[in-house]
Amino acid sequence: MRQVAIYGKGGIGKSTTTQNLTAGLGEMGKKIMIVGCDPKADSTRLILGGLAQRTVLDTLREEGEDIELDLVMKDGFAGIKCVESGGPEPGVGCAGRGIITSIGLLERLGAYTDPLDYVFYDVLGDVVCGGFAMPIREGKAREIYIVASGEMMALYAANNISKGIQKYANTGGVRLGGIICNSRKVDGEAELVSAFAKELGSQMIHFVPRDNMVQRAEINKKTVIDFNPECAQANEYRALAGKIDQNGMFVIPKPLKQERLEELLMEHGLLEAV
Amino acid sequence: MLDLTPAKLAERSALRVNPCKTCQPVGAMYAALGVHRCLPHSHGSQGCASYHRTLLSRHFKEPAAASTSSFTEGASVFGGGANLKASVRNVFDIYNPDIIAVHTTCLSETIGDDLKAFIQDIDIPEGKLVVHTNTPSYVGSHINGFYNMMTGFISYLAKSAGTPNGKLAVFPGFVNPGDMREIKRILKAFGADFTLFPDTSGVLDAPMTGRYEMYPSGGTTLAEIAGLGDCTATLALGELTSDEPANALKRKHGVPYRLLPLPIGVSFTDRLMIALSKEKKVEVPTELEEERGQLVDVMLDAHFHYSGKKAAVFGDPDTVLGLAGLVLEMGMIPKYLLTGTSGSAFVKLAENLFRRHEVKDCLARESADLFELHQLIKNGKVDILIGTSYGKQIAKAEDIPFVRAGIPVLDRYGHSYFPIVGYRGGLRMLERISDALLDRQDRDAADEDLELVM
Repeated sequence: MRQVAIYGKGGIGKSTTTQNLTAGLGEMGKKIMIVGCDPKADSTRLILGGLAQRTVLDTLREEGEDIELDLVMKDGFAGIKCVESGGPEPGVGCAGRGIITSIGLLERLGAYTDPLDYVFYDVLGDVVCGGFAMPIREGKAREIYIVASGEMMALYAANNISKGIQKYANTGGVRLGGIICNSRKVDGEAELVSAFAKELGSQMIHFVPRDNMVQRAEINKKTVIDFNPECAQANEYRALAGKIDQNGMFVIPKPLKQERLEELLMEHGLLEAV
Repeated sequence: MLDLTPAKLAERSALRVNPCKTCQPVGAMYAALGVHRCLPHSHGSQGCASYHRTLLSRHFKEPAAASTSSFTEGASVFGGGANLKASVRNVFDIYNPDIIAVHTTCLSETIGDDLKAFIQDIDIPEGKLVVHTNTPSYVGSHINGFYNMMTGFISYLAKSAGTPNGKLAVFPGFVNPGDMREIKRILKAFGADFTLFPDTSGVLDAPMTGRYEMYPSGGTTLAEIAGLGDCTATLALGELTSDEPANALKRKHGVPYRLLPLPIGVSFTDRLMIALSKEKKVEVPTELEEERGQLVDVMLDAHFHYSGKKAAVFGDPDTVLGLAGLVLEMGMIPKYLLTGTSGSAFVKLAENLFRRHEVKDCLARESADLFELHQLIKNGKVDILIGTSYGKQIAKAEDIPFVRAGIPVLDRYGHSYFPIVGYRGGLRMLERISDALLDRQDRDAADEDLELVM
């Protein structure tokens, strides 16, 4: 069983990418579970066809600690098992603790005992505190993919996440599997993200082009492969799924110094724009 | 017994061994118990409340009532608002206090619970009150918790009607009920109309009547706390303990305050007498002058037994400073003064004392632990150790006479009923220190040297 965590800047398309790529893996016949680690609980919407999933923490709050796995786990497209950890309302309580609680509970309930090929953790934003690092602690997820684009802030965030990976690399055994470029149609984007990934010691595993098909599928509460299996974008996600399935490059990233990161942006992004 | 404590001192930054302080909520709970018909409430997990109550019960040998928000995993994720709401409803329904004094814990502080907003949203029954203070234990010590809770009461409840009530507000510092009784006796001798806040006498030293009273007769009343804003002045005893609440009262209602050391020993008690004499515009009452004379008398009678002896004193900052003053007046040398509570003011005040009494080679340490004290003693012997029960292993290991004083004393009985403040308290401490030294002399004397008259 490969446990994979997806990180990246807020709004970069982690949940969309995760669901589309797991749809690709599902189509290949892999057995998959997605664990949404975001208080907004929107990590499994496309796989479940918009079905409002009861989150682990809401269930915990309402039913007490004595809960059954099937209350919080639903099967979606291609038999993908979906769990949403959920969390407190904004500005209250501790979302980080929520993720720790939720993953702990899933383990106790035996969510990982089914024969699974993949567990995907879709984690919100940055690794801001210990809770958001939970999926990469204690030897859970051993491979991480960072979703980024050629935009500056996305690369800043990716670099920062790499620091978190580096921190847990020795204790948790976690490695960076690559950067998934979710294109924003920025100038020189593929080159920039490639160069950045190389500098980290990793790779840009796939360049996902920008295509309105993704939005159309989302409005219909579906992944692209589910919504329009024949389209070019569906093949892009199949390609990404294939690359991840075949991936053999797992490294401890070497985060860039701030100056170097900015230099890189100047070299690739801005210069070509001028 | 502590055989492995090495004599060699090493620089430590993140490790405390045998600490000389405890959690903020212990102090907050103690302050709240000094308010009449008040139930302290711990906003956190049950273990916190249990530990803090246990510590107080072990010191006072009395029940220390307190309730808790009983955090579960859910509360720590979703915030403790719902728990506090249910707590307040249940506590008023079942235990019926007049006021609930909420203090936070490390858990509720870390998840960032907004107590003020929670309390505003709670439907509090008519005539009942809920106040709060923030007491994260990763900052400060029980001393901070004690004055934070006092400040919480003041900021919620103290009012000013605009007309002075002619009363003196007196903050006793972190001391035993026996000390609070003694302070009240002194105030009454001056004919002062006063509010002692908080006041645990009559609560944690309440008499056995055969019936359990959840709220014994003692404690500062809510009317008295409300009236603090109209007091003519505040006497804040304990320079490191009572400054903050006195300052809060001054900021809020313009009540001027005098910050004084804990009245332990002759000169620090004199300071209180002078302040009271000025405030009340009366001479020091004869009975108190008499007590002073008695203390000085005994001090002189026995001085050759303890003059020049070296002492190590540890515990809460103001208690240690007060006892250091007494020890110096006895002609002894307070070689080590140590507190676990942080604050460089402690070291400054201790060094002032050393200078005033012209003693050399004395060391004052703040934010320190008893492991360090033990190491210091191994490097430079002392003749007597004075402090809380946590010093008993050091005293045994180093075979030093040990006098218990301060809070907590967990292994002796009756101590909290007697004062160490005032001239009477000074006389009591003098007797105990001198007894400890003379007992040691007797123990070590050869048969032919065992003196009947000393």
